[in-house]
Amino acid sequence: MTTREDRLAYLEAESKKRIIILDGAMGTMIQRYGLTEADYRGKRFADWKQDVKGNNDLLSLTKPEVIKEIHTQYLEAGADILGTNTFSSTTIAQADYAMEDLAYEMNVESARIAREAADEMTLKTPDRPRLVAGAMGPTNRTCSISPDVNDPGYRNVTFDALRVAYKSAAKGLLEGGADVLIVETIFDTLNAKAALFAIEELFDEQGWKVPVMISGTLTDASGRTLSGQTAEAFWNSVRHVNPFSVGLNCALGADLMRPHIAELSHIANVRVSTYPNAGLPNEMGGYDETPEDMGKALKEWAESGLINIVGGCCGTSPDHIKIIADAVAGIAPRKLPELEIKMRLSGLEPFNIAS
Amino acid sequence: MTTQQATFINIGERTNVAGSAKFKRLIIEEQYDEALSVALQQVENGANIIDINMDDAMLDSEKAMVRFLNLIAAEPDIARVPVMIDSSKWSVIEAGLQCVQGKAVVNSISLKEGKKQFVAQATKIKRYGAAVVVMAFDEKGQADTKERKIEICKNSYDILVNEVGFPPEDIIFDPNIFAVATGIEEHNNYAVDFIEATRVIRQECPHCHISGGLSNVSFSFRGNNPVREAMHSVFLYYAVQAGMDMGIVNPAQLEVYDEIPAELRERVEDVILNRREDATDRLLEIADKYKEKGGSKAATIDLSWREKPVAERLSFALVKGIDQFIVEDTEEARQMFDKPIEVIEGPLMDGMNVVGDLFGAGKMFLPQVVKSARVMKKAVAYLMPFIEEGKEAGSESAGKVLLATVKGDVHDIGKNIVGVVLQCNNFEVIDLGVMVPTETILQAANENKVDIIGLSGLITPSLEEMVNVASEMKRLNMNIPLLVGGATTSKVHTAVKIDPAYEQPTVHVLDASRAVWVCSNLLSDSKREAFVAEINADYEKTRVARAKKQNKGNRMSLEEARAAKHPIDWSAFQAVKPSFLGTKTFDDYPLDDLVERIDWTPFFRTWELAGTYPKILQDEVIGETARNLFKDAQDMLKKIVEEKWLTAKAVIGFWRANSTADDSICLFKDDERKDELARFHMVRQQIPKAEGRFDHCLADYIAPTGDDYMGGFAVTTGHGIETKLAEFEAAHDDYNSILLKALADRLAEAFAERMHERVRKEFWGYAADENLDNAALIKESYQGIRPAPGYPACPEHSEKETLFDLLDATQQAGIELTHGYAMTPTAAVSGFYFAHPEAKYFGVGRVEKDQAEDYARRKGISLSEAEKLLSPVLGYDR
Repeated sequence: MTTREDRLAYLEAESKKRIIILDGAMGTMIQRYGLTEADYRGKRFADWKQDVKGNNDLLSLTKPEVIKEIHTQYLEAGADILGTNTFSSTTIAQADYAMEDLAYEMNVESARIAREAADEMTLKTPDRPRLVAGAMGPTNRTCSISPDVNDPGYRNVTFDALRVAYKSAAKGLLEGGADVLIVETIFDTLNAKAALFAIEELFDEQGWKVPVMISGTLTDASGRTLSGQTAEAFWNSVRHVNPFSVGLNCALGADLMRPHIAELSHIANVRVSTYPNAGLPNEMGGYDETPEDMGKALKEWAESGLINIVGGCCGTSPDHIKIIADAVAGIAPRKLPELEIKMRLSGLEPFNIAS
Repeated sequence: MTTQQATFINIGERTNVAGSAKFKRLIIEEQYDEALSVALQQVENGANIIDINMDDAMLDSEKAMVRFLNLIAAEPDIARVPVMIDSSKWSVIEAGLQCVQGKAVVNSISLKEGKKQFVAQATKIKRYGAAVVVMAFDEKGQADTKERKIEICKNSYDILVNEVGFPPEDIIFDPNIFAVATGIEEHNNYAVDFIEATRVIRQECPHCHISGGLSNVSFSFRGNNPVREAMHSVFLYYAVQAGMDMGIVNPAQLEVYDEIPAELRERVEDVILNRREDATDRLLEIADKYKEKGGSKAATIDLSWREKPVAERLSFALVKGIDQFIVEDTEEARQMFDKPIEVIEGPLMDGMNVVGDLFGAGKMFLPQVVKSARVMKKAVAYLMPFIEEGKEAGSESAGKVLLATVKGDVHDIGKNIVGVVLQCNNFEVIDLGVMVPTETILQAANENKVDIIGLSGLITPSLEEMVNVASEMKRLNMNIPLLVGGATTSKVHTAVKIDPAYEQPTVHVLDASRAVWVCSNLLSDSKREAFVAEINADYEKTRVARAKKQNKGNRMSLEEARAAKHPIDWSAFQAVKPSFLGTKTFDDYPLDDLVERIDWTPFFRTWELAGTYPKILQDEVIGETARNLFKDAQDMLKKIVEEKWLTAKAVIGFWRANSTADDSICLFKDDERKDELARFHMVRQQIPKAEGRFDHCLADYIAPTGDDYMGGFAVTTGHGIETKLAEFEAAHDDYNSILLKALADRLAEAFAERMHERVRKEFWGYAADENLDNAALIKESYQGIRPAPGYPACPEHSEKETLFDLLDATQQAGIELTHGYAMTPTAAVSGFYFAHPEAKYFGVGRVEKDQAEDYARRKGISLSEAEKLLSPVLGYDR
């Protein structure tokens, strides 16, 4: 059996040779199973005081076989790295279901399920170990935006509360067997900074660390995060943790995301990742971009030397991942640029000062 | 806007309760809306960063800091700039750090409470992802002398960089600005101590920044604002030159250096620079005079300038950055001229030129210039509707042309000339500058709806980049013509590589004079079709001709070519050992030693005047133009030398060397010649040769075994050019700007030539008794060669990386390489020295796939990588 060190060494070396493949959407796949409120509750939560349907992360505890099956499908499609089913597994996000006390367990179990699926696939393809990325979502609160239009100075969550919640999540994910951590779907950079702070604190305390991936979300074609930062300002805000990769996911389809990935590719001296949506949601809430559309677009990005890591977000399925993986196979990964040394500050916009 | 850069970073100080009574009152009374407008005003006035300080006994500082930062987050016009979280209390700093999504600056920490606390705070700041201001303060107290400032800053730097792992570029030192002219003798040297310490700290602590609170220096003249403002200006003038690159500055409390009355300036300089013992007394003597005369800018406003004629008023308003009366003055001026455009071209431009000159000379500072630009904008904005109105009857632009030097390349003389020529012919030109990424070019083309895109490049990797732009244009279904120009470009390359990548018209433009003709044809409804058809036919012909030439084959295999190498009898060869091995640096080489070495012929070529110097001066057609140009060049050259516009730096090196069987040159660490220091990879001709002629390769000139050497060099005369160029560009003086760049280039070549001579005679010394005149030197009738990577004998640019590493050229001569292996400053030359008597220049010509494969193997890179690097000389299609 491979160890975490083996797998990380493989990832490090392999990422210089080829483009690394992430998995696709979890939520989209869960929908296909048509699960009911009773399925979500299982035996353990049959008497839970409120509805829990839609709490996808709970399925890691009540329907682990479904989650594992989805993971396996993505691995078969060609994914190198699985994202754990923990998008909302923080005490803060789970409070909506009064399940904050279960958050830690969800992280451990979700990581364990993904680990199991990945290890089984690694046994079949020993020359190609599969990895697990412990996913840390944005939570449903924002640390730099007021939820009250009449009081722009008000906040319904603090940096410290986020830090505590994220630290517990990261600990659980590593305990369950995650190889790397990914702070993803960042629409408020301050939330992400709290997560990154917590992760570094945890590394410090436990005396060892794992690579960290960072993936932001630009909410519309204006190229800003929900909290108002441009892609470069966002990168300036998080580059201090020297992550394994930085990239963008969600919100946009490939066509609208391309210029922003191109920009990141230009300014980031670490690997660039991307997992776009299968287009924008249509009026029916579905996604129209076919696997072939996405594959074609992402192939062109790869050929243009923009990306190192690629996968899919909302609306994507194993079919998408298979076609994307095939499309970028054999194309060299983006080379990391060397940047001039500058003090790189930011507000909503970057401000770089040469020495 | 993606990236901003500024030379002096202005930190806004109005949102500081310790510095602003008004702001303090607003915060205490919780009038946050008003307090926000103070912040907004600062940003609008040009603050690059805003300092926020809530340290006051009347306040719950932590709460006020959090509240204010949270409110700012909701104001995009304020939140766009980074914040500086300023407090003497760590708890306030940390509370602040938890409220900002951007990358902020902490102000400040120090060794005051000992190393342990300093390390703990720095570690946390790093984890929050912020930069930091470090005060020159330790357990013994605040640093006052130069030595103490340097000692504490260096100590802090070492701890931060080596123990905490803090990025050095995120460290800002505040070496303490203290009040001078206090009447206490020990204080007299405080400003000098700061300035001198700044110079040393910037040198000894690489990548760090220096900041300070300016108003302290003039503290003893409280109540006398004219003197205080003069002191601020004089202090900044010298501190910025020493390396202070940011500061807490109120632009309203800053006099323009050149506007300080001579008497006051002299006495203030005496005080700041501690030039005489009675400096303080002498400043006191006259201080009251200025106080009464000028009054305070903030309190009573001197409006005597309003009595002057309107042109002078406009100029005054621009230099002083006063926008209060600009609209009425502009209107008055408009009534005086026939056309509204003349107001811009006349008095407004004159005023802006003064601003540009003062700024270029370091006598005005960025915050002031920002204000001037704003006044200008207001005036222009006022005039625009009148200009538009008049335009309908007037002339229309001939078309919009976007110009850019492609990514990885920094050369722009040719592009700038094209820009000027096009503008003179009524084209509207949008110039994106140098090192422009494809995305930026295409985005700007779309946004501005340009009619033509023109790409420029001088180094060979730019060719590849141009193909990239062309294919992107195709991918995005663009349909405007693409022009290609620059020293490295050619009709053949354009026809074979760029044109096929983009289906729309793609035209190689040989020189600037053709640019107008090409653009006019392409934008003419009547001529376009015929013109494009002609170009297409011509390019097709070029492609066919080249294909034929290639198919003729008749190339030598690499093996055959190596067998036909230049045979040198090494058994009879006795190498001369250089006077030293390793490198030697020339930090500030005298420019007057280079002037007579200038080869003027290429200078005239830059200006598209063909002919050989000195004959060209007597040419019937262009003689007069050439003479005028030559005179301007001589005048400027004199100034360059006398006023030291440029600084020449160089580094040369010599190493033990042997060639390998596969065309590389191996450098060794010691006389044993076992430990390899580095390896240069050379490229060989593959041309079928007649009996007695050879397939050359630079490696042939180095002995395969035994005692032999090679050298390398990197020289530049480009340091300092930016300041002058900024001056010209601010003055919209394209002519002098281009002239200066062309001269700097010639000086760099002259420097390379002069250095080569000294290498032959002294440093290597293999031709100690050489005695040649300048003409013979230009004809290169001496022993040994100095080929440059990227040029015909060694056409592959990336070898420059190895050369630069060996020479440590970036550190030693301040020359940097771009991703495309272009050198900055652009007025730079680098290359190898070969001493063998039979060494000569040649062109490698086309390289075949077997050599590309071999080259990839030697360099340890993929074939496709090697083909990319060799693409300008590749003899086959990839």
